[in-house]
Amino acid sequence: MKNYFKIITSIIFLILSSNCFSDENLNYKIYKNLRCLVCQGQTIADSNSDFAMTIKSVVDDKVKDGMKENEIYNFLADKYGDWILYKPPFKLKNYILWFLPYILFFLGGILLLLIFLKKTPLSKK
Amino acid sequence: MRKFLFFLTFFGTLSIIIVFYLGLKTEKIYSTKDLIGKPISEVNLDLLNTDGSFNTSELKNNNFTLINFWASWCGPCRKEHKYLIELSKNDNIKILGVNFKDNKLKANKFLNKLGNPYFLIAKDDSGKKSIDFGVYGIPESILIDKNLVIIQKYIGPINKKDVKYIFNAIGS
Repeated sequence: MKNYFKIITSIIFLILSSNCFSDENLNYKIYKNLRCLVCQGQTIADSNSDFAMTIKSVVDDKVKDGMKENEIYNFLADKYGDWILYKPPFKLKNYILWFLPYILFFLGGILLLLIFLKKTPLSKK
Repeated sequence: MRKFLFFLTFFGTLSIIIVFYLGLKTEKIYSTKDLIGKPISEVNLDLLNTDGSFNTSELKNNNFTLINFWASWCGPCRKEHKYLIELSKNDNIKILGVNFKDNKLKANKFLNKLGNPYFLIAKDDSGKKSIDFGVYGIPESILIDKNLVIIQKYIGPINKKDVKYIFNAIGS
Protein backbone atom coordinates (compact mmCIF):
# COMPACT_ATOMS: atom_id res chain seq x y z
CA MET A 1 0.00 0.00 0.00
CA LYS A 2 2.84 2.30 0.97
CA ASN A 3 4.55 1.61 -2.33
CA TYR A 4 1.42 2.52 -4.27
CA PHE A 5 1.22 5.77 -2.38
CA LYS A 6 4.85 6.56 -3.21
CA ILE A 7 4.35 5.79 -6.90
CA ILE A 8 1.18 7.92 -7.14
CA THR A 9 2.85 10.81 -5.28
CA SER A 10 5.88 10.61 -7.60
CA ILE A 11 3.66 10.64 -10.70
CA ILE A 12 1.68 13.64 -9.42
CA PHE A 13 4.93 15.44 -8.59
CA LEU A 14 6.33 14.71 -12.04
CA ILE A 15 3.18 15.94 -13.79
CA LEU A 16 3.06 19.10 -11.69
CA SER A 17 6.76 19.85 -12.15
CA SER A 18 6.58 19.28 -15.90
CA ASN A 19 3.62 21.67 -16.07
CA CYS A 20 5.45 24.28 -13.99
CA PHE A 21 8.34 24.34 -16.42
CA SER A 22 6.43 23.63 -19.62
CA ASP A 23 6.57 27.23 -20.84
CA GLU A 24 10.30 27.46 -20.20
CA ASN A 25 10.81 24.13 -21.93
CA LEU A 26 8.83 25.31 -24.91
CA ASN A 27 10.86 28.51 -25.10
CA TYR A 28 14.11 26.54 -24.91
CA LYS A 29 12.87 24.12 -27.55
CA ILE A 30 12.15 27.05 -29.86
CA TYR A 31 15.55 28.67 -29.16
CA LYS A 32 17.24 25.36 -30.05
CA ASN A 33 15.57 25.30 -33.45
CA LEU A 34 16.57 28.87 -34.33
CA ARG A 35 19.84 29.77 -36.00
CA CYS A 36 21.84 32.67 -34.64
CA LEU A 37 22.39 34.65 -37.83
CA VAL A 38 25.37 36.57 -36.49
CA CYS A 39 27.18 33.55 -35.05
CA GLN A 40 29.08 30.65 -36.57
CA GLY A 41 26.87 27.58 -36.42
CA GLN A 42 25.29 28.39 -33.06
CA THR A 43 21.66 28.16 -32.10
CA ILE A 44 19.86 31.04 -30.45
CA ALA A 45 19.86 28.91 -27.27
CA ASP A 46 23.66 28.63 -27.27
CA SER A 47 24.44 32.24 -28.12
CA ASN A 48 24.67 35.30 -25.91
CA SER A 49 24.99 37.71 -28.83
CA ASP A 50 22.85 40.83 -28.89
CA PHE A 51 20.80 39.40 -31.76
CA ALA A 52 20.22 36.10 -29.92
CA MET A 53 19.18 37.89 -26.72
CA THR A 54 16.65 40.01 -28.66
CA ILE A 55 15.24 36.95 -30.45
CA LYS A 56 14.94 35.13 -27.09
CA SER A 57 13.06 38.08 -25.69
CA VAL A 58 10.73 38.21 -28.72
CA VAL A 59 10.08 34.44 -28.46
CA ASP A 60 9.29 34.82 -24.73
CA ASP A 61 6.79 37.59 -25.56
CA LYS A 62 5.14 35.54 -28.31
CA VAL A 63 4.83 32.48 -26.05
CA LYS A 64 3.36 34.67 -23.31
CA ASP A 65 0.87 36.07 -25.85
CA GLY A 66 -0.27 32.50 -26.51
CA MET A 67 1.34 32.07 -29.93
CA LYS A 68 1.94 28.44 -30.88
CA GLU A 69 5.39 27.05 -31.66
CA ASN A 70 4.71 26.78 -35.40
CA GLU A 71 3.27 30.30 -35.52
CA ILE A 72 6.49 31.63 -33.97
CA TYR A 73 8.59 29.75 -36.53
CA ASN A 74 6.39 31.10 -39.34
CA PHE A 75 6.70 34.62 -37.97
CA LEU A 76 10.50 34.46 -37.83
CA ALA A 77 10.82 32.65 -41.18
CA ASP A 78 8.68 35.38 -42.69
CA LYS A 79 11.10 38.03 -41.41
CA TYR A 80 14.44 36.25 -41.93
CA GLY A 81 13.65 33.48 -44.40
CA ASP A 82 13.77 29.73 -43.74
CA TRP A 83 17.51 30.04 -43.04
CA ILE A 84 16.73 31.00 -39.45
CA LEU A 85 15.13 27.58 -38.84
CA TYR A 86 17.34 24.59 -38.16
CA LYS A 87 14.55 22.17 -39.01
CA PRO A 88 13.64 23.03 -42.60
CA PRO A 89 9.92 23.42 -43.30
CA PHE A 90 8.08 20.79 -45.35
CA LYS A 91 8.04 22.61 -48.69
CA LEU A 92 8.30 21.53 -52.33
CA LYS A 93 11.93 22.62 -52.63
CA ASN A 94 12.82 20.66 -49.49
CA TYR A 95 11.15 17.39 -50.53
CA ILE A 96 14.47 15.82 -51.54
CA LEU A 97 15.89 16.75 -48.13
CA TRP A 98 12.98 15.14 -46.31
CA PHE A 99 12.57 12.04 -48.45
CA LEU A 100 16.16 11.18 -49.44
CA PRO A 101 16.95 9.35 -46.17
CA TYR A 102 13.79 7.23 -46.52
CA ILE A 103 14.54 6.50 -50.19
CA LEU A 104 18.13 5.52 -49.35
CA PHE A 105 16.86 3.41 -46.46
CA PHE A 106 14.39 1.68 -48.76
CA LEU A 107 16.99 1.07 -51.49
CA GLY A 108 19.44 -0.20 -48.89
CA GLY A 109 16.76 -2.62 -47.68
CA ILE A 110 16.20 -3.90 -51.22
CA LEU A 111 19.94 -4.28 -51.69
CA LEU A 112 20.30 -6.28 -48.50
CA LEU A 113 17.32 -8.42 -49.43
CA LEU A 114 18.77 -9.13 -52.86
CA ILE A 115 22.14 -10.01 -51.40
CA PHE A 116 20.44 -12.26 -48.88
CA LEU A 117 18.31 -13.95 -51.56
CA LYS A 118 21.34 -14.41 -53.76
CA LYS A 119 23.39 -15.95 -50.97
CA THR A 120 20.70 -18.32 -49.69
CA PRO A 121 20.41 -20.57 -52.79
CA LEU A 122 24.18 -20.61 -53.13
CA SER A 123 24.66 -21.79 -49.56
CA LYS A 124 22.13 -24.57 -50.15
CA LYS A 125 24.15 -25.82 -53.08
CA MET B 1 20.69 -9.16 -60.30
CA ARG B 2 24.06 -7.82 -61.43
CA LYS B 3 22.36 -5.26 -63.62
CA PHE B 4 20.22 -4.14 -60.71
CA LEU B 5 23.24 -3.84 -58.43
CA PHE B 6 25.05 -1.84 -61.08
CA PHE B 7 22.12 0.58 -61.49
CA LEU B 8 21.66 0.85 -57.75
CA THR B 9 25.35 1.67 -57.22
CA PHE B 10 25.38 4.03 -60.19
CA PHE B 11 22.29 6.00 -59.19
CA GLY B 12 23.24 5.91 -55.53
CA THR B 13 26.64 7.43 -56.30
CA LEU B 14 25.09 9.90 -58.72
CA SER B 15 22.50 11.07 -56.19
CA ILE B 16 25.19 11.50 -53.51
CA ILE B 17 27.31 13.57 -55.95
CA ILE B 18 24.26 15.71 -56.85
CA VAL B 19 23.39 16.30 -53.20
CA PHE B 20 26.98 17.31 -52.38
CA TYR B 21 27.17 19.52 -55.47
CA LEU B 22 23.93 21.28 -54.57
CA GLY B 23 25.18 21.57 -51.00
CA LEU B 24 28.35 23.29 -52.19
CA LYS B 25 26.33 25.79 -54.20
CA THR B 26 23.99 26.60 -51.32
CA GLU B 27 24.71 29.89 -49.57
CA LYS B 28 25.74 29.32 -45.98
CA ILE B 29 25.28 32.90 -44.88
CA TYR B 30 22.13 34.84 -44.18
CA SER B 31 20.75 36.34 -47.35
CA THR B 32 17.89 38.75 -47.74
CA LYS B 33 16.96 37.78 -51.28
CA ASP B 34 13.89 35.83 -50.08
CA LEU B 35 12.51 39.00 -48.50
CA ILE B 36 12.47 41.04 -51.71
CA GLY B 37 8.96 41.35 -53.07
CA LYS B 38 7.36 40.79 -49.67
CA PRO B 39 5.50 43.60 -47.92
CA ILE B 40 6.80 44.90 -44.62
CA SER B 41 4.68 44.43 -41.51
CA GLU B 42 2.53 47.24 -40.20
CA VAL B 43 4.37 48.20 -37.04
CA ASN B 44 3.82 50.97 -34.51
CA LEU B 45 7.02 52.79 -33.66
CA ASP B 46 7.53 55.40 -30.94
CA LEU B 47 9.02 58.68 -32.10
CA LEU B 48 12.44 59.73 -30.86
CA ASN B 49 11.92 63.39 -30.05
CA THR B 50 8.21 63.64 -29.40
CA ASP B 51 5.70 61.53 -27.44
CA GLY B 52 3.44 59.85 -29.92
CA SER B 53 3.93 57.04 -32.36
CA PHE B 54 4.02 56.30 -36.04
CA ASN B 55 2.53 53.41 -37.98
CA THR B 56 4.42 52.10 -40.97
CA SER B 57 1.17 52.00 -42.98
CA GLU B 58 1.55 55.78 -43.19
CA LEU B 59 4.54 55.19 -45.46
CA LYS B 60 2.01 54.54 -48.23
CA ASN B 61 1.90 58.31 -48.61
CA ASN B 62 5.50 58.29 -49.92
CA ASN B 63 6.42 57.13 -53.41
CA PHE B 64 9.46 55.34 -52.03
CA THR B 65 10.80 55.04 -48.52
CA LEU B 66 14.14 53.94 -47.22
CA ILE B 67 13.84 52.64 -43.67
CA ASN B 68 17.24 53.09 -42.10
CA PHE B 69 18.21 51.48 -38.78
CA TRP B 70 20.99 53.41 -37.11
CA ALA B 71 22.54 54.42 -33.81
CA SER B 72 25.04 57.00 -32.63
CA TRP B 73 27.28 54.24 -31.21
CA CYS B 74 27.48 52.49 -34.57
CA GLY B 75 30.68 53.23 -36.51
CA PRO B 76 29.49 52.08 -39.95
CA CYS B 77 26.42 54.32 -39.54
CA ARG B 78 28.74 57.33 -39.63
CA LYS B 79 30.28 55.96 -42.81
CA GLU B 80 26.95 55.68 -44.62
CA HIS B 81 25.50 58.95 -43.35
CA LYS B 82 26.78 61.10 -46.21
CA TYR B 83 25.00 58.78 -48.67
CA LEU B 84 21.77 59.12 -46.73
CA ILE B 85 22.14 62.90 -46.92
CA GLU B 86 22.63 62.57 -50.68
CA LEU B 87 19.49 60.41 -50.99
CA SER B 88 17.44 62.79 -48.83
CA LYS B 89 17.89 65.53 -51.44
CA ASN B 90 15.71 63.57 -53.86
CA ASP B 91 11.99 64.34 -53.65
CA ASN B 92 10.93 60.88 -54.79
CA ILE B 93 12.23 59.16 -51.70
CA LYS B 94 11.83 59.75 -47.97
CA ILE B 95 14.06 58.26 -45.34
CA LEU B 96 12.59 56.97 -42.11
CA GLY B 97 15.23 56.67 -39.42
CA VAL B 98 14.81 54.05 -36.73
CA ASN B 99 17.16 54.82 -33.88
CA PHE B 100 18.24 51.43 -32.55
CA LYS B 101 19.02 50.79 -28.85
CA ASP B 102 20.42 54.27 -28.43
CA ASN B 103 20.46 57.24 -26.12
CA LYS B 104 18.23 60.13 -27.21
CA LEU B 105 20.78 62.84 -26.41
CA LYS B 106 23.60 61.07 -28.18
CA ALA B 107 21.38 60.33 -31.18
CA ASN B 108 20.46 64.00 -31.54
CA LYS B 109 24.09 65.04 -31.10
CA PHE B 110 25.00 62.65 -33.91
CA LEU B 111 22.42 64.23 -36.22
CA ASN B 112 23.37 67.78 -35.28
CA LYS B 113 26.95 67.03 -36.19
CA LEU B 114 26.43 65.02 -39.39
CA GLY B 115 23.09 66.37 -40.62
CA ASN B 116 19.57 65.00 -40.53
CA PRO B 117 18.52 63.06 -43.64
CA TYR B 118 15.34 61.70 -42.05
CA PHE B 119 11.80 62.94 -42.64
CA LEU B 120 10.86 61.18 -39.42
CA ILE B 121 12.85 59.59 -36.63
CA ALA B 122 11.42 56.66 -34.71
CA LYS B 123 13.10 54.67 -31.98
CA ASP B 124 13.44 51.07 -30.98
CA ASP B 125 14.90 51.04 -27.48
CA SER B 126 14.68 47.27 -26.93
CA GLY B 127 15.47 46.18 -30.49
CA LYS B 128 12.33 44.02 -30.52
CA LYS B 129 10.46 46.14 -33.06
CA SER B 130 13.35 45.74 -35.50
CA ILE B 131 12.71 41.99 -35.51
CA ASP B 132 9.42 42.80 -37.28
CA PHE B 133 11.55 44.21 -40.10
CA GLY B 134 13.96 41.27 -40.17
CA VAL B 135 16.83 43.37 -38.87
CA TYR B 136 19.75 41.54 -37.28
CA GLY B 137 22.34 44.23 -36.86
CA ILE B 138 22.86 47.82 -37.77
CA PRO B 139 23.18 49.67 -40.03
CA GLU B 140 20.48 48.09 -42.13
CA SER B 141 18.22 49.75 -44.68
CA ILE B 142 15.07 48.60 -46.42
CA LEU B 143 13.90 50.22 -49.63
CA ILE B 144 10.14 49.93 -50.03
CA ASP B 145 7.64 51.25 -52.55
CA LYS B 146 4.23 52.87 -52.14
CA ASN B 147 2.63 49.48 -51.43
CA LEU B 148 5.15 48.82 -48.64
CA VAL B 149 6.72 46.06 -50.74
CA ILE B 150 10.45 45.49 -50.22
CA ILE B 151 12.48 46.42 -53.30
CA GLN B 152 15.88 45.94 -51.74
CA LYS B 153 17.36 45.29 -48.33
CA TYR B 154 20.83 46.42 -47.37
CA ILE B 155 22.80 44.79 -44.61
CA GLY B 156 25.65 46.99 -43.50
CA PRO B 157 26.37 50.56 -44.57
CA ILE B 158 25.03 51.67 -47.93
CA ASN B 159 27.63 52.93 -50.39
CA LYS B 160 27.91 54.88 -53.61
CA LYS B 161 26.89 51.86 -55.69
CA ASP B 162 23.77 51.37 -53.57
CA VAL B 163 22.85 55.04 -53.93
CA LYS B 164 23.12 54.67 -57.70
CA TYR B 165 20.91 51.56 -57.57
CA ILE B 166 18.34 53.34 -55.41
CA PHE B 167 18.22 56.33 -57.76
CA ASN B 168 17.66 53.93 -60.67
CA ALA B 169 15.00 51.99 -58.77
CA ILE B 170 13.01 55.09 -57.89
CA GLY B 171 13.37 56.46 -61.41
CA SER B 172 15.49 59.50 -60.71
